[in-house]
Amino acid sequence: MTTATAPVSTAPPTPVKKLLRDPQALISGGFLLLVFLAVALAPLITRFDPNHADLSRMLAGIGEEGHLLGADNAGRDIFARLLFGGRNSVLGALLAVGVALLVGTTSGLIAGYFGKWFDNLSNNAASLLQALPGMVILLAARAVVGPSLWIMMAIFGVLLSAGTYRLVRSAVQAVRNELYVDAARVAGLTDWRIIFKHVTRVVRGPVLIQAAFMLMIAIAIQAGIEILGLGDPTMVSWGGMLADAFSRLFVAPILMLWPSVLMALFALSLTLFANSLRDALDGTQRTSPATIRNVFKKVEADKATTGVRESAIEMDADELLRIEELRIGYAMPDGSIKQIVHGINLDVRRGEVLGLIGESGSGKTQTAFAVMNLLSEGGTILGGRVLWQGRDLATLTEREFADVRGKQIAYIPQEPMSNLDPSFTVGQQLVEPMRRHLGLSKAEATAKAIALLDRVGIHNPERVFMAYPHEVSGGMAQRVLIAGAVSCDPDLIIADEPTTALDVTVQAEILDLLRSLQAELGVGVLMVTHNFGIVADICDRVVVMQEGEIVERGETTAMFASHDHPYTRQLFGAILSPDQVRDAYAAPDADDDRIKELTS
Amino acid sequence: MTTPLLNIRDLVVEYPAKGFRKTPFRALKGVSLDIRPGECVGLVGESGSGKTTLGRAVLGLAPVTEGSITLGGKEIGNISARERRQVSKDVQVVFQDPYTSLNPSMTIEQILAEPLLARDVPKAQARQRIADLLDEVRLPSDALHRLPREFSGGQRQRIAIARALALDPKLIICDEPVSALDLSTQARVLDLFIEIQERTGVAYLFITHDLDVVRHVSHRVAVMWNGEIVESGDTREVTTNPAHPYTQRLWMAAPVADPGAQAVRREERRRLLAAQAAAAGGVPVAA
Repeated sequence: MTTATAPVSTAPPTPVKKLLRDPQALISGGFLLLVFLAVALAPLITRFDPNHADLSRMLAGIGEEGHLLGADNAGRDIFARLLFGGRNSVLGALLAVGVALLVGTTSGLIAGYFGKWFDNLSNNAASLLQALPGMVILLAARAVVGPSLWIMMAIFGVLLSAGTYRLVRSAVQAVRNELYVDAARVAGLTDWRIIFKHVTRVVRGPVLIQAAFMLMIAIAIQAGIEILGLGDPTMVSWGGMLADAFSRLFVAPILMLWPSVLMALFALSLTLFANSLRDALDGTQRTSPATIRNVFKKVEADKATTGVRESAIEMDADELLRIEELRIGYAMPDGSIKQIVHGINLDVRRGEVLGLIGESGSGKTQTAFAVMNLLSEGGTILGGRVLWQGRDLATLTEREFADVRGKQIAYIPQEPMSNLDPSFTVGQQLVEPMRRHLGLSKAEATAKAIALLDRVGIHNPERVFMAYPHEVSGGMAQRVLIAGAVSCDPDLIIADEPTTALDVTVQAEILDLLRSLQAELGVGVLMVTHNFGIVADICDRVVVMQEGEIVERGETTAMFASHDHPYTRQLFGAILSPDQVRDAYAAPDADDDRIKELTS
Repeated sequence: MTTPLLNIRDLVVEYPAKGFRKTPFRALKGVSLDIRPGECVGLVGESGSGKTTLGRAVLGLAPVTEGSITLGGKEIGNISARERRQVSKDVQVVFQDPYTSLNPSMTIEQILAEPLLARDVPKAQARQRIADLLDEVRLPSDALHRLPREFSGGQRQRIAIARALALDPKLIICDEPVSALDLSTQARVLDLFIEIQERTGVAYLFITHDLDVVRHVSHRVAVMWNGEIVESGDTREVTTNPAHPYTQRLWMAAPVADPGAQAVRREERRRLLAAQAAAAGGVPVAA
């Protein structure tokens, strides 16, 4: 609903706030920060020189002679070596990540935004880089340039950049086709300004996350090279400490412990922090499965204590579906329930078309989905009954429902294309339900499917039967779905905005088809729509929903003639009358000036 | 006759086909149309008719293969990116989907400032202009520091309209600007479009598939089918007395929001289709 008043929804927390609330992010981020600070301020923290060998202190124990973690086989302080070694290890890894980001993001931005020859070239380059075995390249590089940590890490950065390139390129390609980028072009922004203002915002999140993972890989690769004994022997580093300790494994196994623990914790923290970062940057707030289970348990418990009315189910002979006091709610991330349908009553009789109308957010589609037990994840029936042929559908298990949905209650969706599986032919998708529900043989089902395709107005049913969904038009796909809906002789068809995605001329044909099928088969139809033209065309009765409640109901003709509820009046008042035609154009007075101003 | 503001002559737009030496896809097959200052021309058609492509060609977002597009006598069809940026002051756009046409991570203030800063309008002046714009589209001034997701579809579309108005353009291309909106919202946004036009004298190319909308908002209507304009004229004339068979079918297919009238319309449509089929030699008429 649009009004000129202030918007009502509250702002969701910013990524930074989300991170601060996440214990995993706080612990892992805190540890990373501690390591960064410790290695940066190493000279202030320890008085030992990491390279000062003192043979008198060889393999000193923990705490001996001021050595916090003891000394190694050359009598060098282990704690100091961890700190100063961390400087080189972390800086080396940062160098690799920096190179990867610089090369990968730049080439990814250019390839994704401008495409053309650069895209081809850089794609091939990235494929080549990813096909090369990284370790072999590094070993070869070491043979040529010698044991320099920095050169090795820079080369490794180039190898890593292929991954960043692909990530950035696909993100940029996605955003390049967004309407807001078109709008920015129309607004007169230069390409570079668009890349800087619009594209980098989208790329930033995923790149940040990938950088954290790359940092971890770089540390590990570095250690690998040094354990092989190919590192720079004059330079202290975590990997180098490991290599030293490895050679004294049987004399002083504890020497392995410190660098291993530190590297493991560092890598673990990076992974956990990257995961938290991903969750924080992901704008959507999803309700976790555990929360949903808890909420559902609570709902069941509530139903049990309030006592389900065990009153007998009595339905008139011509009453097909009766909804009593139906309430629908969704589990929220904080464990509460947001009720969106507040106790509605309605019924559909045999052979009638009931229109369920309302604007977006009125709960009309949710009501239809609740009848079919197809609410989205986290949604549930909080109370009330859905009566169908002597049963309460709200109490059925998913297994029991399989015999009702598709066979007794059929469904025609809004988006025909997304409701056909692209990997099966139209025929396969029509035949399978008939075999399952009607027990037909394959040949019988095929014959019936082709007859149905003919019935719904498809001129060449055999060809469409063999076709895949992408080979048919939207209007034809909707005819196929209608054929599927009536294939198992249902008693009720739920149609959710069945013509909204179609052109007007196709819409008229689909409505004609629905009308004639409905008369022929005598089925009841629950038609969810927001279009008053469709209501006038096909509905016998109308129910108007607003914000989860039914505000008015009646026969269609009577409803169009008079309506009482203010909301219904507002809705009907918004219909653009065909008589309301804008007058012919009259040239404005200032006209000539405007043209002059333009041409000057 | 007033001099046209926008003049499209024999416009052809072709998209290259995938694959070597395939014939390119011809989305527009020689379209001519003009729009006078302060006029609203409705462009009606179904999916694939080329109506959106026509709008995108005027905006410089679709390739002009042949023909010309002039704005105030100046060619804007095939021009360099630099010249195009100059045109942006005069031609703006409101897209169909108010959800994807606003960058979700920018505040309303940043979104509205964008066209102004692109033209180096001084900051203080830009701020004043943004406040005026919000006022013009009836949004509260506290909307400035919020993100698009905090607004409903109708409010977002108002923001998109404000952005289009920022540079005080001569022409706005409106590509299905109310199709994604609820009925009551739609009526209010349409009224806003008309009111802005009457006050500022901006011209609209109003692309839509909804005949009720086009009747309500446009002075003149052009009907597109299969990459061509098959009929055009004053709204009242074209909508009450359509000449082209496709226009007749299109008009008859749109349901009337009145059960009695719709029953009559249905019958008329059946007769029309039968008559057109008979005229075509017994072949049923397809849309």
